[in-house]
Amino acid sequence: MTKIPQDLRYTKEHEWIRMEGGVGVVGITDYAQHAMGDVVYVEFPDKGRKVKAGEDFVVVESVKGANDVFSPVSGTVLEVNDALEESPELLNEDAYANWLVRLEVADPGELDSLLDHGAYAKLLEELEAESQ
Amino acid sequence: MKRTDMYERHVAAGGRMVDYSGWELPIQYDGTGIKTEHLAVREKAGLFDVSHMGEIMAEGPDAEKWLSTLVTNNIFVMKDYQVQYNIMCNETGGVVDDLLVYRYNPEKFLLVVNAANVDKDWKWLKKHLPVKGVAIDNISMKTSETALQGPAAEAILAKVADFDPSTLKFFTFTDKADLNGIPAIVSRTGYTGEDGFEIYVPWERGAELWDLLIETGRDFGLIPIGLGARDSLRFEAGLPLYGHEYSEDLGPLEAGFGFFVKADKPGGFIGQPVLKRQKEEGLRRKIVGLRLEDKGVPRSGMDVSDASGNRVGKVTSGGYCPSLDANMALCLVKTPAPEEGEHLSVLIREKPKKGIVVKRPFYDRKNGKR
Repeated sequence: MTKIPQDLRYTKEHEWIRMEGGVGVVGITDYAQHAMGDVVYVEFPDKGRKVKAGEDFVVVESVKGANDVFSPVSGTVLEVNDALEESPELLNEDAYANWLVRLEVADPGELDSLLDHGAYAKLLEELEAESQ
Repeated sequence: MKRTDMYERHVAAGGRMVDYSGWELPIQYDGTGIKTEHLAVREKAGLFDVSHMGEIMAEGPDAEKWLSTLVTNNIFVMKDYQVQYNIMCNETGGVVDDLLVYRYNPEKFLLVVNAANVDKDWKWLKKHLPVKGVAIDNISMKTSETALQGPAAEAILAKVADFDPSTLKFFTFTDKADLNGIPAIVSRTGYTGEDGFEIYVPWERGAELWDLLIETGRDFGLIPIGLGARDSLRFEAGLPLYGHEYSEDLGPLEAGFGFFVKADKPGGFIGQPVLKRQKEEGLRRKIVGLRLEDKGVPRSGMDVSDASGNRVGKVTSGGYCPSLDANMALCLVKTPAPEEGEHLSVLIREKPKKGIVVKRPFYDRKNGKR
């Protein structure tokens, strides 16, 4: 069964975000890394780039293909996870420990429109049912 | 969607099923994945369900002569129970399909064609069939095909076969094999760049053979392999894929497979005048191999630019090569094409990523990594 931590917010596109003060730490979910398969490269945005909620800003390349990652909220890119430059496979090992981007969140109110743990778990159940 | 006789086996083994040319087949298996599956074939052994491939029999007193007019290689030099790689061209020198030709005798041949092209090939063959002297039969749906590939393939097959597989030479076959009671055609061929066998059995015995080989191979490290690793293995080993290195508009010389084009063979073949002219006058475009030096993963269809930034072509196949731990591309570019050691860039999301032109194939079993 795929892991869904309690303390994160989620998107329907399988990103997660955790707030640390005014900073949003963003990654992809365990479900997403599993669906993508072996990750071989992560293309990050430039630091300082402003992104809107729902805008694609990271590309995760797996052996199978390229996968767009969408920003859960609007904000400015503060930092990217350099560890994934050298070892992109870390995303397959633990998609929650290995964040992608730290964002200065423009409007914390946008977080309210994201899925909580329960809603995301329900979404995955629906996806599971569809694929049966 | 069509399902092979092994469908239930794939699902039970955690196969992630996808639509491939109208067939429901595993792209990879949960618990292994493309990279692990790829490396298992290079180091131990892997089992592929390739029942989606098409099989067409051609028989009759004129079979040899007729077949020769449709393909680029020299059919007349084949011996009984030999297999030959061939390319079937259209009138403009593009490719209808690439195929393996199995010769039983000069009056009986088996053609193994791509799943995506079975219907097209069948129409093409029928269109060019003489009134008498040759009959063709599409036995695709009567035939399950399994590929057993990797350095341990021979030892695994030896455990279940009624013959010594070490006596079967590369690109030869037997149609009298018995694999633990299952009648089979076995050839020493494959699409991975490793040693191995392709095994044809009656459709309804596919799953039985699958179980037998999975069970027997377990001690040798054999695992089932999905379509993802099938593609990465063939790509690394320099083997072409229809729709990528070949198309109705992209011919065998441009793709770099001139070795299989006998432009002067007796009796001629469809597309010969065009290919002959290309040989004499030189190619306007050709495929070169590229190793990316910048970070990024090249993919089929991306634009390619030269050192001065001019767009000179496109990627036909690209991706990460697990055995090389490198991102590689085959690029179809205008001639004069850059030489080995020179540079090209792939435009990945419009950003040029620099690469160095390298020899093909990227991986060679005898020489290992390049």
